Amino acid sequence: MIVANKKPIEEIIEMVKGYRKILIAGCNECVTVCEAGGKKEVGVLASSMRMFFMNEGLKTEIDEITLERQCDHEYLEELRNSIDQYEAVVSLACGVGVQFMAEKYFATHVYPGVNTCFMGVTEERGVWSERCQGCGKCILDRTAGICPISRCAKRLLNGPCGGSTKGKCEISKDLDCAWQLIIDRLKELGRLDEYEEIAPIKDWSTERAGGPRKVVREDVRQ
Amino acid sequence: MRLRYPDTIRIIRVPCTGKVDLLHILRAFERGADGVYVVGCMEGDCRFDRGNLRARKRVEQAKAILDKVGVGGERVKMFNLSSGEGPRFAEYAVEMTKKITEMGPNPIKEAMGKAA
Ligand code: SF4
Ligand code: SF4
Repeated sequence: MIVANKKPIEEIIEMVKGYRKILIAGCNECVTVCEAGGKKEVGVLASSMRMFFMNEGLKTEIDEITLERQCDHEYLEELRNSIDQYEAVVSLACGVGVQFMAEKYFATHVYPGVNTCFMGVTEERGVWSERCQGCGKCILDRTAGICPISRCAKRLLNGPCGGSTKGKCEISKDLDCAWQLIIDRLKELGRLDEYEEIAPIKDWSTERAGGPRKVVREDVRQ
Repeated sequence: MRLRYPDTIRIIRVPCTGKVDLLHILRAFERGADGVYVVGCMEGDCRFDRGNLRARKRVEQAKAILDKVGVGGERVKMFNLSSGEGPRFAEYAVEMTKKITEMGPNPIKEAMGKAA
């Protein structure tokens, strides 16, 4: 999923304190799972903001909604008939949702309510970590299902650097060395010989370095 | 055992403090409560294992938010006691009432009174 973290309430208030009618829009997908922008977080933010504005003596209306997704026309369209009554929207979706909202409702002020962090997993409740950088050409087949692009600090493709110590990465003793993990798993799978194969130079043009990306699928396009 | 505790307190019963949500606490203040306290079982003695620990975290979250929005984090507090400790329940009620009386009313009420 896309992992996001909550923005501090004071930062959000600072963005929208000039508006008197605000919609807080959550998203039912990834940001709900990582407890940053689902229905619950919408409720907490709305209640906090109401208290702030009341305390300042500023009569401000704050409405709440949580859409199924904010990255699809279908669900964003649900706001079509009500959006104009709001002076501003705080979207608690990931950066994708915030942007799609802004694109669709061009005349509406849209603000981000979370910091979007990465694509990752829930290690345990309250702990999320990165697993994929969307490089556009997956090489997990050759790395025992462990991604060196997202998990090795140097994105190395042919084994660990000299800083790998006791299974940990040189940038932090709390971080596993991705290549140690890859080697351990290859060994476990009885495929250590694959480690000897030199990885070809990776085509980075499909990665973000090649500019903004797009997937067009004529087979499913209408 | 007939114990007296301040009659300004409204008791809301929950099956376990783990049921108390951050939003419940915030909404109480939004609607004008001057203070909120959660009374749970002793830590380590939760029948549902972690209910009172969850409640403590939510009280901490509420505290941080109330500070940020100008209501005052001191207005919310978590207490723990075991079920046989009636006198302590009354003590906590007195302690909390004293504290909130010292702090005065929820500032939101006053601000809204002026704005209206
Ligand atoms: S190799 Fe690329 S696509 Fe595959 S998991 Fe890593 S970053 Fe993601
Ligand atoms: S120690 Fe391991 S994970 Fe860290 S940069 Fe070197 S090879 Fe990559």
